Amino acid sequence: MTPPALAALASEGRQTLTSDQSLVQSVDWAALAPPAVAAVVALAVLVLDLFLEDRHKRLLGWVSAGGLAVAGLAIIPLVGENRTTFCLTEGSRACSYVADPFTLAIQLLVLGGAFVTALLSLTAVEEERLPAGEFWFLLLSSAAGAALLPASRDLATLVVALEVASLPAFALVGLRRGQRLSSEAALKFFLSSVTATAVMLLGVSFVYAATGSMHLDAVAEGLPAADSRLGTLAATGVALTLVGFAFKTAAAPFHFWVPETYVGAPLPVAAYLSVIGKAAGFSGLILVTVRAFPSYAGTWGPALAVLAALTMSVGNLAALRQRADRAHSAVRLLAWSSVAQAGYLLVPIASAAYADDPGRAVGATVAYALMYAVVNLGAFGVAAVVGRGVRSNRITDYRGLVDAHPFAALALGFFLLCLAGLPPGIIGLFAKVTVFDAAVDAGLGWLAVVMAVNVVIALVYYLKWTAILFRTGAGAGEGERVPGEPLMAGAGAPGGAGPVPVRFTVPLTVTVALTGVLALAVSGAPQLILRFADTTLF
Amino acid sequence: MPFDDTVMQALLLAVVVVPLLGAVAALLPAPPGLRGRDPDQAVLRHGVTVTGAVLVAAVALAVGFDHGEPAAMQAESSVSWIPALGVRLHFGTDGVSLPLLVLTALLTFLCALYSYFKMPAGPSPRAFVALLLVLECGTLATFAVLDLMLFFLAFEMVLIPMYFLIARWGQPEGAAHGAPAGSAGKESGGRGPAAWKFILYTLLGSVVMLLGLLVLGLNAGTFDMVRLAEAQGSGVGRTAQIVAALAIGVGLAVKAPMWPLHSWLPDAHTAAPTVGSVLLAGVLLKMGTYGFVRILLPAAPEGAQTFAPYLAAFAVVGIIYGSLACLALARKGAKGAKGDLKRLIAYSSVGHMGFVLLGIATLTHTGVNGALFANIAHGLITGLLFFLVGALKDRAGTTDLDSLSGASGAALYGKAPRFGGLLAFAAVASLGLPGLAGFWGELLALLGAFDPAPGLSRPAFLVFMAFGAVGTLLTAAYMLVVVRRVCMGDPAEPDHAPHPAGAEPAAADSSRPDPTGPGGPAEAGRPAAPGRARLATMPDVRTYEFAAWTPLVVLTVLAGLWPAALLGLTDPAVQSLLPGVTR
Repeated sequence: MTPPALAALASEGRQTLTSDQSLVQSVDWAALAPPAVAAVVALAVLVLDLFLEDRHKRLLGWVSAGGLAVAGLAIIPLVGENRTTFCLTEGSRACSYVADPFTLAIQLLVLGGAFVTALLSLTAVEEERLPAGEFWFLLLSSAAGAALLPASRDLATLVVALEVASLPAFALVGLRRGQRLSSEAALKFFLSSVTATAVMLLGVSFVYAATGSMHLDAVAEGLPAADSRLGTLAATGVALTLVGFAFKTAAAPFHFWVPETYVGAPLPVAAYLSVIGKAAGFSGLILVTVRAFPSYAGTWGPALAVLAALTMSVGNLAALRQRADRAHSAVRLLAWSSVAQAGYLLVPIASAAYADDPGRAVGATVAYALMYAVVNLGAFGVAAVVGRGVRSNRITDYRGLVDAHPFAALALGFFLLCLAGLPPGIIGLFAKVTVFDAAVDAGLGWLAVVMAVNVVIALVYYLKWTAILFRTGAGAGEGERVPGEPLMAGAGAPGGAGPVPVRFTVPLTVTVALTGVLALAVSGAPQLILRFADTTLF
Repeated sequence: MPFDDTVMQALLLAVVVVPLLGAVAALLPAPPGLRGRDPDQAVLRHGVTVTGAVLVAAVALAVGFDHGEPAAMQAESSVSWIPALGVRLHFGTDGVSLPLLVLTALLTFLCALYSYFKMPAGPSPRAFVALLLVLECGTLATFAVLDLMLFFLAFEMVLIPMYFLIARWGQPEGAAHGAPAGSAGKESGGRGPAAWKFILYTLLGSVVMLLGLLVLGLNAGTFDMVRLAEAQGSGVGRTAQIVAALAIGVGLAVKAPMWPLHSWLPDAHTAAPTVGSVLLAGVLLKMGTYGFVRILLPAAPEGAQTFAPYLAAFAVVGIIYGSLACLALARKGAKGAKGDLKRLIAYSSVGHMGFVLLGIATLTHTGVNGALFANIAHGLITGLLFFLVGALKDRAGTTDLDSLSGASGAALYGKAPRFGGLLAFAAVASLGLPGLAGFWGELLALLGAFDPAPGLSRPAFLVFMAFGAVGTLLTAAYMLVVVRRVCMGDPAEPDHAPHPAGAEPAAADSSRPDPTGPGGPAEAGRPAAPGRARLATMPDVRTYEFAAWTPLVVLTVLAGLWPAALLGLTDPAVQSLLPGVTR
């Protein structure tokens, strides 16, 4: 339970002296259910781990996946309710936890994404001999934090939720025992992330000093009214807070940790970071900018616009320069592409600074993030499947996948085209159109142009990969495969031009099929996702 | 006899949706009773059935079309799809799109029919048929949709099937047609890069087009083509119109293709299998010019006005360039594989599409009608030409002019008179002989250029017209050279260089690699080249070829003798799309 939440509880407790309201009843547990269920299951798994024999450890994974599914289902009764809890009982009556449409959309993304990650991890945990109890506990805790984050409406809860989401992630990255790459990645991730958190906390404390409040709405009112002598302090606070969140979203120039971390981490964890980690960062950024600092829109608007342009350009150019025959180039490309996609996600937030109804403008980010979550997890799913057969997981290893396994090739091709925004990946196209629309509406013509150029650059590497999938295996291998490479190419790696060994397991099949069906469904009916861009979320 | 409106709606939707369903069905195992001789035959027959059904539906649509009101949007149906962006599933057809729908359905059917008997060598026919049907769905949808976003989707939808048709069933340059895919390690000579070039060019073009469509749609507040056309650009600022016209124009010009954005076309045509070439020339190029008429001219008139002179200039350069390139290819001793007949016809396409673009650029009713007419005519004639050249390649193993013609000429008149006659007919139709389809479109386009829309510089357009007229002469020149070198000659001319291929009878259908090996440069003046040797016992037109080609020949003659049938459809529609001009 978070400090301000406790404070709110305490104040409610005082109230019980006068009214007969019970302390326990005053907490709306139904509204809290999505993050709470995840947290409870996390603890349950940790305890269960102590009592389970080794051969039953796989049960933990199914319990976790089930718990995440239940947590996700707990969203359903909240739809359209706009519940709040942990509210101040006097004064502004600001609430610390709000389950509005924005919260629910992000929670759906986070818990749904975590569920898919759990499916993806079932195989990996077993095969890579990751410590099951720890892995599932960390995954669930992180998901609980990420689910709490969009609901938080005060800076303290926000920071705590963000840390709950990211601290377990460091451990997850380093969980591969005895792998130098893995622990190095974890350390890199940890150090840079902690620096960012420190910076953010400094910023938050400055903002608190300037406005005297933690609640986002109160901060929003307090900032313009702040003592003019505190102006510099407030501005510094705003800037530092934003820098902290920019790191969490892996926006350039705070993106350098991404590729190494993704490659070093177990593959499902990389998928988790690219989707849920990012979603958490973005929801925090949206809350801080749109809800807390609207009076500084003139500052953060252009700053985020520049950041968006920089992020997508850096990500795309780096992805373009990836050599397809380098070890782990598939994950590396997905890592850089996730940096680039973060750039697109930033565009509507920057546009919100110029919009009449910022709550509506950021809807494009939510819609895009939902699309991105589905297709990126799907792409990671296929990468996990191929990675089981060919440890090196190079893009060149995907050559002729269509012959070895048409289902995997078609699915990956579809996901990549969705990421690229090309038909038949209709949802990717329209999500990009929505983002583009937001930029044009805000009068950010230059950003729209930068985005268009970037989309074209991105086409090249997504298409190259897609084309490799459908190249016939027989004609393969002219100078593109690195011969030998004994360290990386494991026992399953083909020596020459053989077909890609594709080994599906039940959970992996379910993962790819689930994300594929979802992506197809929203391609047929894009309104399912795009309606978030059409309504006011707050 | 106009049909009931519901019937028309159903017909139009069927035309668009049936190919897609057919593509899915092609991938499923055949139900009992439809298994045929073997799975391959069953799936190819499935392709013929589906495209045939689509053709029937398209013809029924044309019959049910209210010919008294070709300017009105008919068979219209509209359902909201993505309210968040205001995108609607809006279909309909009028005098501009109806002929193109029928042409597409016809050409695809003929291609399916041709493939049933002469499946291009490559991987499984199952995927081939499915891709062909997806391609048909995309092209038909392009002509049937009335929403900018759907137009883009349909426009893109054809890329993937066409890419695979070229990359998987294409003819590796130099190697003989019919070499089993994957058998030769070094076969990646032509089709892989050609397919890649095709998809990169058109993809980049269409991304630019998407930007233009977005600028147009977001500024006008609607993506609906009918409403955009009715508004005639009102509500969209001049700057936005110019930006939109430039972006959309570039995207469409890549597809059309307009010089200097054409360079993907010759490679793609040379590498594509016969049916791929036919559809590429006959249908895909039309999508570009159709977009000009349907979207650019009515929805961004000021932008169109601004860029019309440039478009006309590029079009005329394209006409001249295409003809000169063809002349260079047609002459004796053109270097290596460059003297390829398919490549020559591809370049002639650049010239012909130049006339279409010139007609559009005049912004007059005459010019645009001419463009639309030339569109159809080019589809028929070039489709026929590619069929013929593909069949020639099957028979001779090469389409290299020098190796075909030897010293005096390939002498098709003597060896296969019907085949030679058809080739000569197609060539003459292509050069625009009066009385055949090719004539009217180019004449009207030039007439339009003689008196362009007000606001356009008349002297400039007069110059363009003069160059265009020179282009027709050059076209006649190279086409006649081709006819002379391929159809005429001495059938008894001996083959000086004896080699085994010549001794075997009717090598047409065998899948042997060309004895000269890949890319063997046929040196100028070498008296007997392998292609010619294999022509020695060339079979004449076969029955299925006759069935596939006759409709094109008949329509070419019909359109030439009775142009009013087509112009009566397009003219009222063009008048309503361009209300600002009187000519």
